[in-house]
Amino acid sequence: MTDNASLRTPSQRIAWTATIAVSTLVFIFLITPILAIMPLSFSSGSYLTYPLPGLSLRWYDDFINSPRWMNALKNSMIIGVASTALSMVLGTLAALGLAQWKSRFKPLVLAFVLSPVVVPGVITAVGLYFFFAPIGLTGSYLGLILAHTALATPFVVITVGATLQSFDTNLARAAASLGASPIYAFRRVILPLILPGLASGALFAFATSFDEVVIVLFMAGPEQRTLPREMFSGIRENISPTITAAAVILTTVSVILLATLEGLRRRNERLKGTSA
Amino acid sequence: MTDASLTGADARTEVPLKRRLRRAERARQVKALALVLPLLVFLLFTFAGPIAGMLWRAVDDREVRQVLPQTVAALADWDGKDLPNEDAFAALASDILAARAAGTIATAAKRLNYALNGFRTILTSTARNLKAAPERGAAKETLGKINAAWRERATWTTIKDAGGPLTGFYLLSALDLTRNVDGAIIAAPPDQAIYREVFTRTFVISLSVTVLCLMLGFPVAYLLATLPPARSNLLMIFVLLPFWTSLLVRTCAWIVLLQSKGVVNDSLLWLGIIDQPLRLIYNRFGVCVAMTHVLLPFMILPLYSSMKAISPAYMRAAASLGAPPLTAFLRIYLPQTLPGIGAGSLLVFILALGYYITPALVGGAADQMISYFIALYTTETANWGLASALGAVLLLATLLLALVYGKLVQGQQVTGGMKN
Repeated sequence: MTDNASLRTPSQRIAWTATIAVSTLVFIFLITPILAIMPLSFSSGSYLTYPLPGLSLRWYDDFINSPRWMNALKNSMIIGVASTALSMVLGTLAALGLAQWKSRFKPLVLAFVLSPVVVPGVITAVGLYFFFAPIGLTGSYLGLILAHTALATPFVVITVGATLQSFDTNLARAAASLGASPIYAFRRVILPLILPGLASGALFAFATSFDEVVIVLFMAGPEQRTLPREMFSGIRENISPTITAAAVILTTVSVILLATLEGLRRRNERLKGTSA
Repeated sequence: MTDASLTGADARTEVPLKRRLRRAERARQVKALALVLPLLVFLLFTFAGPIAGMLWRAVDDREVRQVLPQTVAALADWDGKDLPNEDAFAALASDILAARAAGTIATAAKRLNYALNGFRTILTSTARNLKAAPERGAAKETLGKINAAWRERATWTTIKDAGGPLTGFYLLSALDLTRNVDGAIIAAPPDQAIYREVFTRTFVISLSVTVLCLMLGFPVAYLLATLPPARSNLLMIFVLLPFWTSLLVRTCAWIVLLQSKGVVNDSLLWLGIIDQPLRLIYNRFGVCVAMTHVLLPFMILPLYSSMKAISPAYMRAAASLGAPPLTAFLRIYLPQTLPGIGAGSLLVFILALGYYITPALVGGAADQMISYFIALYTTETANWGLASALGAVLLLATLLLALVYGKLVQGQQVTGGMKN
């Protein structure tokens, strides 16, 4: 639409067509692997090849009846939910504090708080492995929850921080001037306004923990193996179609998270639109 | 409070008000810091502490000094030019007997074997054959008879070098360097000098993936930034869905697609393009394809946001001034996307440097990156010093690049703010 004006010469039209062609190929490249693996989970045969010999739910049946996979799903949920909760508390408090804090050390502190995202997973994992082993935190749920919280909190600080930046602090002042206690003002004024940001932060945190495998690889005992960890050894050994069923379940979770996030974003934009 | 505000113009009450404001502000700052503090303490325990511990292990060297304390003490004054004196031999014999009784020989043997291949045998054979403490003045002769290696200077310099408490040994090893018998830094023997190649490989793979991501990501970002929002939001799903899909799922999917009986080979065979399956996975090609797939969204998203910020008016102005489309693109559009290109490329490169899971699953032995060796030495061979030293090098590279990235993104925000 905006381009009609600039697409005057044939060479420009060719360039635009080439852009569309290349982009289409890249979109195919991006989406094909995810789409290709899904039908295989409904195959009635045990080879991961097309064409499918027939359709069945046997691999989902296999997944549900396998104590190993179900335990992994349970572990992923426990560790994901617990580290999300913990990182929400720590991250939200820190974001609130950082929004008010004025100091020349602030960029340094912020860089430190965000550094778990940048540092390679193996380095964090090796460090934690050395550090947690002597105090009995390897091979424990608590150790994994703490480690995943450290990885997930930066995302909470970023998303909640971004929400606070657009938050009008005059509203908090207005609440205070009308006699609201800080806690009351937070609960009734600030919290409802930053709730979508908190929700996005929680989704990011959960996704981070739900996906993480390197730390689990180093620190989890046989009891704490998560879904990605189980997939890792499954891929290493030999890929049975049960893995594709697990992959579809994981992808479904991702899609739900993504859709929720998109919904939150739209709602936020709509709200901004009405207030402007 | 009411006093001050009522008589605010009065010079005598102005000072207390100012002070009170300052005090209130200070209280606010303390409160703000108190909110950040729990996270800082938490990260100290679960992130910074562990990493500092790892860095410490890269230079920590106390095994030998714990097992052979008298020997290390006796060698402290040794100049290393000739064989050490009788006292050092007697100290070693006494240390070995004590260590044998305590069962700690293996700890020292393992550490000394890193520095000098075969030291494990020297130490264990000596421990086995040394019946009792040698007589006064006969230690040199006794030990030399049990194992001729005790008559060589290199055996003793190795012990002195490993005497701790700090060492540069592991860091030197990580860079394919070692110390010769005279303590000078030289290149490590070829059979141990593998890490520079691994670092080069890590760099080459990361760079290839970054270039691939830029080449594939640029047109997509351009398309998304140019299309009307309704359509670009829809197409954005193609970028965000893989972004949110588990790394393991995507890696698994690529194995399914690229294996010898996989979808890609089957299609190519069916189309008659090839006669026999191509080897597409468990090699460098597979690693680059899978990593590019995983990291492409990290390139597209920063590029997209930098392109979105470019006003179409610039291109229209260039055209109206008579610039041919290509010139306008190269001279007007492209320079404005450079910060986005820089940010995206650095981000992809930084993330690629530390990759472990994807190369481990879809790469061959010759495609393993530095993270693989760090993991290997941590969990399999338990050479923690070397694992930590390799980790320290990787961490340093990552942090330096992250610093550049931070400056770049910060600069962008500043100029972005000025434009508005």
